[in-house]
Amino acid sequence: MTRNSRPLSLRVPEPSGRPGDAPDFSHIKIDAAGAVDRPPVDARPVAMLDLAFRLVRVLDDEGRAVGPWDPKLDPETMRRGLKAMILTRAFDDRMHRAHRQGKTSFYMKCTGEEAIAVAQGMILSREDMGFPTYRQQGLLIARGYPLAAMMNQIYSNAEDPIKGRQLPIMYSAKDYGFFTISGNLGTQVPQAVGWAMASAYKGDDKIAISWIGDGATAEGDFHNALTFAAVYRAPVILNVVNNQWAISSFMGIAGGLETTFASKAIGYGLPALRVDGNDFLAVWAATQWAEERARTNQGATVIELFTYRGAPHSTSDDPSRYRPGDEHEKWPLGDPIVRLKQHLIALGEWSEEQQAEAEKDAVEQVRAAGKEAEAIGTLGQSRPSVKTMFEEVYATEDWRLVEQRREVGV
Amino acid sequence: MTEQAFTDADIQDGIEPDMADQSDAPASDAPEASTVAPMNMIQALNSALDVKMAEDPNVLSFGEDAGYFGGVFRVTDHLQKKHGLTRSFDAPISECGIVAASIGMGSYGLRPVVEIQFADYIYPAYDQIVSEAAKLRYRSAGQFTAPIVVRSPYGGGIFGGQTHSQSPESLFTHIAGLKVVIPSNPYDAKGLLTAAIEDDDPVIFFEPKRLYNGPFDGWHQNPVSPWKAQALAQVPTGKYIEPIGKARIMREGNDVTILAYGSMVWVSLAGAEHAGVDAEVIDLRSLVPLDIETIEASVKKTGRCVIVHEAPKTSGYGAELSALVQERCFYELEAPITRVCGWDTPYPHAFEWEYFPGPQRVADALKSVMSGGR
Repeated sequence: MTRNSRPLSLRVPEPSGRPGDAPDFSHIKIDAAGAVDRPPVDARPVAMLDLAFRLVRVLDDEGRAVGPWDPKLDPETMRRGLKAMILTRAFDDRMHRAHRQGKTSFYMKCTGEEAIAVAQGMILSREDMGFPTYRQQGLLIARGYPLAAMMNQIYSNAEDPIKGRQLPIMYSAKDYGFFTISGNLGTQVPQAVGWAMASAYKGDDKIAISWIGDGATAEGDFHNALTFAAVYRAPVILNVVNNQWAISSFMGIAGGLETTFASKAIGYGLPALRVDGNDFLAVWAATQWAEERARTNQGATVIELFTYRGAPHSTSDDPSRYRPGDEHEKWPLGDPIVRLKQHLIALGEWSEEQQAEAEKDAVEQVRAAGKEAEAIGTLGQSRPSVKTMFEEVYATEDWRLVEQRREVGV
Repeated sequence: MTEQAFTDADIQDGIEPDMADQSDAPASDAPEASTVAPMNMIQALNSALDVKMAEDPNVLSFGEDAGYFGGVFRVTDHLQKKHGLTRSFDAPISECGIVAASIGMGSYGLRPVVEIQFADYIYPAYDQIVSEAAKLRYRSAGQFTAPIVVRSPYGGGIFGGQTHSQSPESLFTHIAGLKVVIPSNPYDAKGLLTAAIEDDDPVIFFEPKRLYNGPFDGWHQNPVSPWKAQALAQVPTGKYIEPIGKARIMREGNDVTILAYGSMVWVSLAGAEHAGVDAEVIDLRSLVPLDIETIEASVKKTGRCVIVHEAPKTSGYGAELSALVQERCFYELEAPITRVCGWDTPYPHAFEWEYFPGPQRVADALKSVMSGGR
């Protein structure tokens, strides 16, 4: 036996900055826009290993779209994407304030991550099934789901589509390709794989798409999902939204210092893309690549979307207690809305005036929806009938539920 | 069709006595006209899957070793060969993944039947079952449902030791949104599994592996009798349904009501005979939903109630049964409700027959109840 020269010691990862420190992102390696190759969609995973450690980027610092991943989107599509991101942010801002005003019990913003759900929601069809976390509200907004219905859910009022049963923001919208959100992290990823397996089993043409955060990749479900996706070559896109933070834990606690989250796909034999999550065009291009791969029966792709959680984790969280206050401002990949705006302006397809107009319009849309929802009622003012509490536990109420419902007097 | 008998020596030899000798278990053909054939429980379950797969292309089956090999207990034997590779296939050793995938499939519109090799290994899937399958319909207000069946061999009496003998039913009966079904004979096994596959709610379907090859009354020194001697082993080869939520009175009696399920149905019958007590033995068959009417009517008639299950006593399903009987039959009760259960220990290997609630313990409880519970 070799004797230790020093006693063993336990390493506990720590982020580069804590409250009071200057933000430090010097450890993050960022490829220049256009620097990463675009492999053919039928590339073998082993032939594209380096993409798991690079960063696919399209928009450069001047707002130009460059390189092989430029999806060459038409300006109208980009304007729609920009407006959906603006609307998502306006929605978040209003609902965050609604919480502060006591109109609801809880809210979670997606500030800084808007490009991901919006772009991906636009690319895939409503017939495909999305298995989101609680931070993909942009998916619903990009697809035109009624804002008032989202608010009704947040207020648990009489018109709440899911009848006051769920915590605010745990939406469910089957017709919009939006699977019911669960509070239990990671569970939806292997379910997405199963849904995709079902589509393949039936010889259908639909695919599934799932999201998970950096923190939740540590859940066993993530491993199970990747195993099943690879084994059965399931037509699914498996996104990891790496926003650097899982509540107060930095991504190093989830294993993000040792390697990239994208690289975790490699051991399963799945192709991995690592993408600038604040670059609308890079997100678009990577998702299209994975979509084509899935639809042509070549199986799943893991996409790490590299971004930063600009807002508190939730309305119950205070990030100033665990990270530098101005960290988000120093995030080297900037803001997804600003970057797409800059690109469209550079193309001559947008202007600061139009931007200001779009922002004003978004606030108006949200305000109108807010009035509509609040006319029905905010939390505690209005709610579905208590009788519905006992419904849909099963397809039909059994005698226990009938008795218990009567005990409540409904 | 031949019938498999297995000997005590087989049981002593290993925990899966039927693995080797079920190779000739026939896969029933989807019948033109339903005939009746003697089947053991394995064959009956296999027949249920076969018939439903032939009828409904949305039914598929998967699990560990459940495809080509046909399952370590042969329940899915021949299904792959007959219905195809994508209808009955092998799964990675990932109980969470198996159940999660089935939930995704169910929400797509399929009716997957998945196998967890032993109920003792269902726990990695517990989050998916409890947090997801059970709550999908409720939390989405009916937009998404999980019409899945999770089949799993359960129960002891086979020298399975700690991790091949458990009876975890109470961990599932406690969960709103799940149905829990446990057959005790081939006829019910097929009818109830068929019902479970057609049910729009997630069903946890526990199969008492001690009963796969023959009824077992707990007199373990005696040779095991084969199923074919039993009326309940005469199984229609075609489709039929036994309703979930309906108990079966296995023996009518006037002195005391015995509530049991799985292997304990046969042990209870033997215990009543041994005690010479005119017991009414009720096979619950379905724990959730529970046939409360049959239970209530019986206890009101007999005035006494003994509850028998293999699972440990504390917070076992017997506690719920006892509470329900007490709430509903208090004024008719002539003795305290008594529970005969597994002990509050992990399931031991060497002490199989001291742990397993056998007919002697049931008989003792019956005599005690008949003398006022003292």
